[in-house]
Amino acid sequence: MSTFEFLWQGILVAMQPMNLVYALVGVTLGTAVGVLPGIGPALTVALLLPVTYKLDPGGSLIMFAGIYYGGMYGGSTTSILLNTPGESASIVTALEGNKMARAGRGGPALATAAIGSFVAGLIATLGLAFIAPYIVKLALVFGPREYFALMVLAFVTVSSAFGDSALRGLTALFIGFALAMVGIDQQTGQARLSFGIPDLLDGVEVTTLAVAMFAIGETLYIAAQGNRIAEKVEAVKGSLWMTAEDWARSWKPWLRGTLIGFPIGAMPAGGAEIGTFLSYATEKRLAKNPEEFGHGAIEGVAGPEAANNASAAGTLVPLLTLGLPTTATAAIMLAGFQQYGLQPGPLLFATNPQLVWGLIASLLIANAMLLVLNLPMIGLWVKLLTIPKPWLYAGILLFATLGTIGANPSVFELGMLLAFGLLGYLMRLFGYPIAPAVVGLILGPLAEQQLRRALAISQGDVTTLVMSPIAAGLLIVAAAAFLIPLILRIRGRGQVLSQLAANED
Amino acid sequence: MSEDNTSSATTRRPDWAAFIIAVFLFVVAGVMAWDASHLKTIAQYDRIGPATVPQVVAFGLFCLGVWTVAEAWRGEFPERDRQEVAPVIWIVAGLAGQMLLLRVAGFSIATGILFALTARGFGKRKLWFSLPLGIVLSFVVWAIFSQLLQLTLPAGPLEHLFF
Repeated sequence: MSTFEFLWQGILVAMQPMNLVYALVGVTLGTAVGVLPGIGPALTVALLLPVTYKLDPGGSLIMFAGIYYGGMYGGSTTSILLNTPGESASIVTALEGNKMARAGRGGPALATAAIGSFVAGLIATLGLAFIAPYIVKLALVFGPREYFALMVLAFVTVSSAFGDSALRGLTALFIGFALAMVGIDQQTGQARLSFGIPDLLDGVEVTTLAVAMFAIGETLYIAAQGNRIAEKVEAVKGSLWMTAEDWARSWKPWLRGTLIGFPIGAMPAGGAEIGTFLSYATEKRLAKNPEEFGHGAIEGVAGPEAANNASAAGTLVPLLTLGLPTTATAAIMLAGFQQYGLQPGPLLFATNPQLVWGLIASLLIANAMLLVLNLPMIGLWVKLLTIPKPWLYAGILLFATLGTIGANPSVFELGMLLAFGLLGYLMRLFGYPIAPAVVGLILGPLAEQQLRRALAISQGDVTTLVMSPIAAGLLIVAAAAFLIPLILRIRGRGQVLSQLAANED
Repeated sequence: MSEDNTSSATTRRPDWAAFIIAVFLFVVAGVMAWDASHLKTIAQYDRIGPATVPQVVAFGLFCLGVWTVAEAWRGEFPERDRQEVAPVIWIVAGLAGQMLLLRVAGFSIATGILFALTARGFGKRKLWFSLPLGIVLSFVVWAIFSQLLQLTLPAGPLEHLFF
């Protein structure tokens, strides 16, 4: 069957009334939670995971996709109206968007963000649908050593290539690895790092770690700042609609942002931030009136927002085709797949095409729903921003613990949640990124499995890892991605990299 | 550029808190290596076994610890803002309270306490208001999630009163 036929089948699956309801619930919850300040898409997905526990896999993944896209939309609203971006990928949107809102042009800023996200989401999801089968074909020739090399590359890009310190990124990654070792070894059945505690035999749950570090760590950090950070929600004044001039200035940045964002998301290169920064820089260079940048230029909202959503769809390419999460959000989505015993990858396309294509098609539907949901109902979402901080964070912790209790109602699990929450707070305090720890926890065991398989095939000969051209090439790229930023930082050119810090998504 | 770097390096002092991080990394590496050596005593016939990767990770953590010491000595960690301790203690107390009371008092009461103490950490002092509010809210959440979405959430006296 061709891609068109598969996609058509997927649309038929996604159009089933129950699946439409799941998608609608997903986008609504995703937007509502994503709008809340301090909550990015990764935490949105982690917090809402328990809602899907008792659904069937298809429905739950469709709801999940809606939550993911909804969280991205919600984040842009937060950063435009409140100068604290809910997610790191929206930092750039806040630069120009918040200035526009202060100048009374919040409506057009929100509109260009929403429509730009829609355009980018549409193109990028179609891109995902058409690229995925090719990567699946490529992945079929991948053996254990190629997979291992690919994961090494992902580890490097997630932890040390971007951000302000390779040391802190790698440390976070290795803490994730260390936690991943806890539990029963999958191949020999021996208990590792469990110290005779039965609760540790199952290992550390990805969702527990993600919720603890993102929700509890963040809450503790915000609380520890006292009342120093003054926040002001900009009211949406004036017309919500974009003028003809706004349209004329927006459509090119939307398309350029999509073109920049999608490939960056699709490569194992980490977060959506990089695309948004590149898009912002591009728009600034191409703008007819660059002096407007920094004072509320609509191009500076349209481009990065499109890039943001395009790379969100892009990250689904390695996730679905290779089972390789390159962002914290994707790592949690992988955990969502695993709770149904599904391992994304080339096999899933062969064994469960209905599910995969239904998911891809439902992304298209979720995207359209979000446009309808966001433009007319923006006033409702803005109200969520005015929830006073004490109630907001009390509520966040209520739902954060709810997820953990729902997954495993044990005192021990809550103890881990508290311990990791404190760890997350300290990491945040000392400038350690969180995402590498989450990615290390979920990808660590998979990398170990591939490594041991590769070495078992070669009977323990380590050189086998570089004997295949694909694996050797990937490892060389990984080494370059590790060393080049290190050299740049030593030579004092690290500022560019720290701007690209992959913090949350 | 390079001038800038040297001048800031000379003014910065060793960062003692960062040394503690290094110690923590050494301890984790040590525990992992110890645990891995413990695994070895069990029959293992090929060179690549369950102990291999933990040993590699332990070695990696050890190297990162050394690197941390170097950066801490040169004071290269980012500067930290002054942290308020009291709110953190309130919230941790809330989480600990929920953890300990969950089995005895059920989801609503335990989570209500977490809710009230978190709000207290953010400056809502009126516990007589926030505690009942938290319990009612948690109860609504409990009802939705355990009855509609069939999640297993521990029930206590309050939940048994209604369901």
